[in-house]
Amino acid sequence: MLMLQERVKIEEVGIAGTCESSDITIHIEKNDGRGIELELRSTVENQFGKQIKKVILETLQELGVEDALVVAKDKGALDCTIRARVRTAVSRATHHDCFPWEAK
Amino acid sequence: MNRLRRSMLYVPGNNPGMIRDANIYGADSIMFDLEDSVSLHEKDSARLLVYEALKTMDYGRTEILVRVNGLDTPYGKDDFEAIVRAKPDAIRLPKTEKPEDVKEADQLITQIERAAGMVSGTIKLMAAIESALGVINAYKIATASKRLIGIAIGAEDFVTDLKTTRSKEGIELLAARSQILFAARAAGIDALDTVFSDVDDEEGFIQEVKLIKQLGFDGKSLINPRQINLVHEIYSPTGTEIKKSITIIEAAKEAERKGSGVISLNGKMIDKPIIERAYRVLELAKAVNRVCVEEMLQYV
Repeated sequence: MLMLQERVKIEEVGIAGTCESSDITIHIEKNDGRGIELELRSTVENQFGKQIKKVILETLQELGVEDALVVAKDKGALDCTIRARVRTAVSRATHHDCFPWEAK
Repeated sequence: MNRLRRSMLYVPGNNPGMIRDANIYGADSIMFDLEDSVSLHEKDSARLLVYEALKTMDYGRTEILVRVNGLDTPYGKDDFEAIVRAKPDAIRLPKTEKPEDVKEADQLITQIERAAGMVSGTIKLMAAIESALGVINAYKIATASKRLIGIAIGAEDFVTDLKTTRSKEGIELLAARSQILFAARAAGIDALDTVFSDVDDEEGFIQEVKLIKQLGFDGKSLINPRQINLVHEIYSPTGTEIKKSITIIEAAKEAERKGSGVISLNGKMIDKPIIERAYRVLELAKAVNRVCVEEMLQYV
């Protein structure tokens, strides 16, 4: 179980999401000591790029992830979808359940 | 009048586009599915996606259900933990066979509601019956929890259990549909029919909806938005039915004024069940906006 105050170390590759419209693929892997590096490709980047990055970074922060290489390929996902896919990717990369209700 | 549940649209739980658009088609209820429409490798992602969507999206007055995985699977408990906190109107239990299945779910929901600081009883339940044992136990299932708002038949697993297949006429489902309907009515909850899988067979679909309406079902589970309006049309009272119901109610009121016990209308005896049915037609007409509310208020 992940709590907000805990630091979470990404050790493996975690991937979540699909290439379908309205979805986002999140690929996360370790990036020891180098902070969060985020690469975004989005069909709506010009208009929503900043917002998508903000949601991804906020979700990683909530989960206590401080070092990670993240590649996101967006096809117009809503914020709630982005949050869900980031949580799933981190969960898969850490083998922890990243349940939002525990991160309080 | 109780909530209308004519149409209950299945939405696969791992499809963000369908989850986003689920409410635009006008179904009475939307059921996000974490069970059969989600592959085993995506159970975790679908659970979080539906959780986040329900916490964020506004589906207005549409009833929201989530079909979880059974508590006898590795996914069921985590589904409950997530979905209760996401506060849908109800959780739909798959493959219910015994009243204990419902009681176990009820107790778990109670625990999670308490842990999450929610009012006990917030989350309702609907139980899907999909086996011969479930049908035999239908009334016990229907009365196993105060959270239950309805029971539903799931035909695909049921016919497999019976060692048969589905036919267009649905003869293999008749006994089970009837049993489930009796159980629901005796328990005072709703009865929902199964999906019709061939979305291109509109004629077959219409026939099946007419059949289940005639049997007494409150509505039907649907797999395609195209099926919604067809169901609503069949479930809407016709102008003739509405006029007839108004006439019956007027006659009943007139008889009451005169102190007459027995009512006769056009040579036919009108008694209590007929009057009750007439009121139900008017309530349904009001619910589907077939008549203006003000006009109906004098009758209902």
